[in-house]
Amino acid sequence: MKLTLKIWRQKGPEAPGKFVSYPVDNVNPEMSMLECLDVLNESLIERGEEPVAFEHDCREGICGSCGFMISGIAHGPQAATTVCQLTMRHFKDGDELVLEPWRSRPFPFVKDLVVDRRAFDRIVQAGGYISVSTGNAPDGNAIPVGKEEADRAMDAAACIGCGACVAACPNGSAALFTGAKIAHLGILPQGQPERDRRAVRMVAQMNAEGFGSCTNIGECTGVCPKEIPLEVIARMNRDYLRGIWKERHQLVTTIAPVTDWDLVTK
Amino acid sequence: MSATAVTVQENRAPNFWQSTNGKKAVMAVTGVVLFLFVLGHMLGNLQIYDGAARLNAYGRFLKNTGELLWIVRFVLLTCVGLHILASVQLWARNRRARPVGYSHKKSVNSSYADRTMYWSGPIVLAFIIFHLLEFTAGVIHPESRFIDGDVYHNVVAGFRVWWVSAWYIFSMILLGFHLRHGLWSMFQSVGLNHPRHTPVLQRAAFWIALLITLGYISIPVSVLAGWVR
Amino acid sequence: MKLDARIPSGPIEQAWDNARFEMKLVNPANKRRHHLLVIGSGLAGASAAATLGELGYNVTCFCFQDSPRRAHSIAAQGGINAAKNYQNDGDSVYRLFYDTVKGGDFRAREANVYRLAQNSLSIIDQAVAQGVPFAREYGGALTNRSFGGAQVSRTFYARGQTGQQLLLGAYQALERQVDAGTVTMIPRTEMLDLIVIDGRARGIVARNLITGKLSVHLAEAVILATGGYGNVYYLSTNAKGSNATAIWRAHKRGALFANPCYTQIHPTCIPVSGDYQSKLTLMSESLRNDGRIWVPMNKGDKRTPNEISEEERDYYLERRYPSFGNLVPRDVASRNAKAVCDEGRGVGETGLGVYLDFADAIARLGEHTIRERYGNLFDMYQRITDENPYKVPMRIYPAIHYTMGGLWVDYQLQSTIPGLFVLGEANFSDHGANRLGASALMQGLSDGYFIIPYTVGNYLASSKLGKVSESHPDAQAALSCVRTGIDKLLAIRGRRTVDSFHRELGKIVWDDCGMSRNAQGLRTAIEKIRALREEYWQNVTVPGSGDDLNQSLEKAGRVADFFELGELMCIDALERNESCGGHFREEYQTPDGEAQRDDEHFSYVAAWGYTGPGKPPELTQEPLEFAYVHPSQRSYK
Repeated sequence: MKLTLKIWRQKGPEAPGKFVSYPVDNVNPEMSMLECLDVLNESLIERGEEPVAFEHDCREGICGSCGFMISGIAHGPQAATTVCQLTMRHFKDGDELVLEPWRSRPFPFVKDLVVDRRAFDRIVQAGGYISVSTGNAPDGNAIPVGKEEADRAMDAAACIGCGACVAACPNGSAALFTGAKIAHLGILPQGQPERDRRAVRMVAQMNAEGFGSCTNIGECTGVCPKEIPLEVIARMNRDYLRGIWKERHQLVTTIAPVTDWDLVTK
Repeated sequence: MSATAVTVQENRAPNFWQSTNGKKAVMAVTGVVLFLFVLGHMLGNLQIYDGAARLNAYGRFLKNTGELLWIVRFVLLTCVGLHILASVQLWARNRRARPVGYSHKKSVNSSYADRTMYWSGPIVLAFIIFHLLEFTAGVIHPESRFIDGDVYHNVVAGFRVWWVSAWYIFSMILLGFHLRHGLWSMFQSVGLNHPRHTPVLQRAAFWIALLITLGYISIPVSVLAGWVR
Repeated sequence: MKLDARIPSGPIEQAWDNARFEMKLVNPANKRRHHLLVIGSGLAGASAAATLGELGYNVTCFCFQDSPRRAHSIAAQGGINAAKNYQNDGDSVYRLFYDTVKGGDFRAREANVYRLAQNSLSIIDQAVAQGVPFAREYGGALTNRSFGGAQVSRTFYARGQTGQQLLLGAYQALERQVDAGTVTMIPRTEMLDLIVIDGRARGIVARNLITGKLSVHLAEAVILATGGYGNVYYLSTNAKGSNATAIWRAHKRGALFANPCYTQIHPTCIPVSGDYQSKLTLMSESLRNDGRIWVPMNKGDKRTPNEISEEERDYYLERRYPSFGNLVPRDVASRNAKAVCDEGRGVGETGLGVYLDFADAIARLGEHTIRERYGNLFDMYQRITDENPYKVPMRIYPAIHYTMGGLWVDYQLQSTIPGLFVLGEANFSDHGANRLGASALMQGLSDGYFIIPYTVGNYLASSKLGKVSESHPDAQAALSCVRTGIDKLLAIRGRRTVDSFHRELGKIVWDDCGMSRNAQGLRTAIEKIRALREEYWQNVTVPGSGDDLNQSLEKAGRVADFFELGELMCIDALERNESCGGHFREEYQTPDGEAQRDDEHFSYVAAWGYTGPGKPPELTQEPLEFAYVHPSQRSYK
């Protein structure tokens, strides 16, 4: 089948950007969206043009590298599917697909369909862990965790950190991402000692990054490739309210967002 | 050592009110108060069907509560103020969070009511101001005379004007939309969500919002239809 | 050159204890003065960087992705082995050790494997404490499944996302250290050369993939945890970015490369659907616990699977291996799939596929149970193929999945370059000629959490490391070498894309150095690779410049290394005149078609040294001794 890919092309954050339409013939319905871009890129390179930059790595929907908007929907029309696993059979011959990068201030633009999601790493740095140094652990069966609890923790832990939730949210909120980690660790008994501090610090960092607010409308969970439930956001709010009261004597600090790439100085 | 990364700078964290989550919690709590008012006000209004005496007595009763009335008014005003302040600040913040918009954007999961909170709110606010000027202060009272104390007369006379009723009905529908989202969203914002209860709550929010809207709308409709004279 | 594996003396049960006791320690107050570089942030790299940070070392960790959480360990599905014996079914450290040595077809170092089995216990404890949501029983205890040919249930799992959850555990531990200031994380940066000064690894040259800037990073020791080289084959289950550049360039700086021909073909992947195919998707091996593998009895039977009656089906694994059936080790399952397809009995469009059928399991256990066990895998299968595996059997075919070979390391995980340590899939150490299912996660974490923190300390405490500066001629030479390489690639401006070369290289290696190999094929493969590499350097085109995000340039450098490594794989496969594990030489098989080892001549690790461009590599042998598990013909009949 034949498709037209209308893709956002922009060389860098300072350069001007525009949509460019590329007709792609011979699209096989079994192809993934990224393989379709591969085919386009091969032909661009052969014509001496610069290929479309997009992020990808595992191509099996788990690393969270890939992701862009396809005609207004993060990761495209198929539910619970990243663009690397989105096969072209979901489109019709002659369709025009509009490919746009995630748009969010805390995700600074890099090139074409690539943005910088380091804000997510900083949110995790702020407390998205259980502080147990190697060698400190008791036997694996020492703390029983009920099956339902473990399953609920796993539901939240399935987050791949792709950023689709932020991209789809009309407010540019990172509540689903942050909530997923707070819920995963907050449900488990191992995560209890740090529960208040974790929620307070992670929420503080999320706020410091400049993400928008959650209006509980569920666009995020609708596009989430792992279908993380909205419940995790309530969990974040609960743990945050509890934490900010119980930890009120603590001075909480956040990490200043870094947006440039010249990390290395002499 | 040749490689040093940009040092991790530590900034003071946003406090409760500065954080989006804190503001949302404030909106939820003030939302509860405003919802209770909306509910109580509707129940009070429905006494119109019991005749002029009953409604006017109710009006006198409210006026005679003295300081209590002012306390209630103060609490309500504070709640309205905080609710609006938080929402305006969040709105501004959310605009900043996406400086470059999408050329295409589709909604996949949210309802119309969910997405229109940011303008159903302001319209309801505009309505409330109009409403207070019309029925409480009596400043605006087109095509009839405002009689202080005769609530029944003021209501009936007011709603006989078709555009007053239309404006009222339109605003009440938007209030319904606002409640339909807000009624369950407030639970989510203060951290209450349960895989079993939340879907029930969401359905309940729909029915409560519908009943409240119908309850309010029934009055101008009855006046225009001539059932209440 | 004589290789000293530094295997501790004494009984194998006490070897690691003894080794640890003999190690020199670094004074806690001095640790932060030691700067260490960790390259890669997968299970091995992230766990090493986090643990070294916890100990107080000054660590810098690099990854080429935008976040350390995206390393390809994340894609491991099935599980992680540990000899916990929670199921009371006769498991023990010794049995895990025994199974691993045997499963590796007696081509691994016993002492390393024993230590791996010992560490497996602590790995589970550590992961649970970090909050890894392993599957549980209703009573709250950890649950296990049997996996990939093991006779005991020792595999711990978190749905079909065990690798993801373990990696997130290690990633979170790493981010905690970033917050604590002990680890500096440098993402989107690729190591392009190793700096060796006075015979010791002292740093790396790295390229920032966003700005294109090259930089020199110096340290007391360099730890490579950069994964395997399965992408030599172009089509593999590896991530698109997985590459061998770090280990290959370290090899060119003097680190020996061991057993490059040992590659693992995973039996259960979704078959190739067309020329545009960019990678292969794995279906967890755990599916073989309940699925039955079959092909039609008759050649060229093109009917749909449900039309083929029971009598017309050949459950070939159950027929040939009655005691292990569908659970034979990966190499055996893969070779048999290839054999039935070569006979013309393969299924699907291309004839390169076999059925994996769940009808019996669904009838026996109910769809609910199967959904509970494999739901996400079934969903993934359906997403990709548009077929419902609850109704129609899955089609599967083997694909390159893991590489057992890698940089040679001694018992302390140090390569032949002092100060260069290699962890995880990037080293050759623990799996011999074939890796058992659910053992890769175990090895990566064992190396990172429980071995390197000791052995690096020992190296630092027992070496006198002077100060070096960036202006050192060796550092500058490495930097300019990298710069020249990049400029050269950009200057060719030929007519063929990097991917077209890579695809062609992959086909050569897959055809002649894949599931089965023979001397004739390997010789032609070497010729073909050399010719193609020649053409590559004349005719490749790399658009854009080196000054910004240029994904073509990244690929071009990696593919250039794959050419050289692919050739070495063929040379090693040709040298090893026996069949063992994943290395199946057609000339060396038993009368009934099983792999025939030659312990008399080939019970050694083949460690290859780089001698210069265009020059033949130099083989050094590390003899393998088996004092505990006596080599026998593997039999799964």
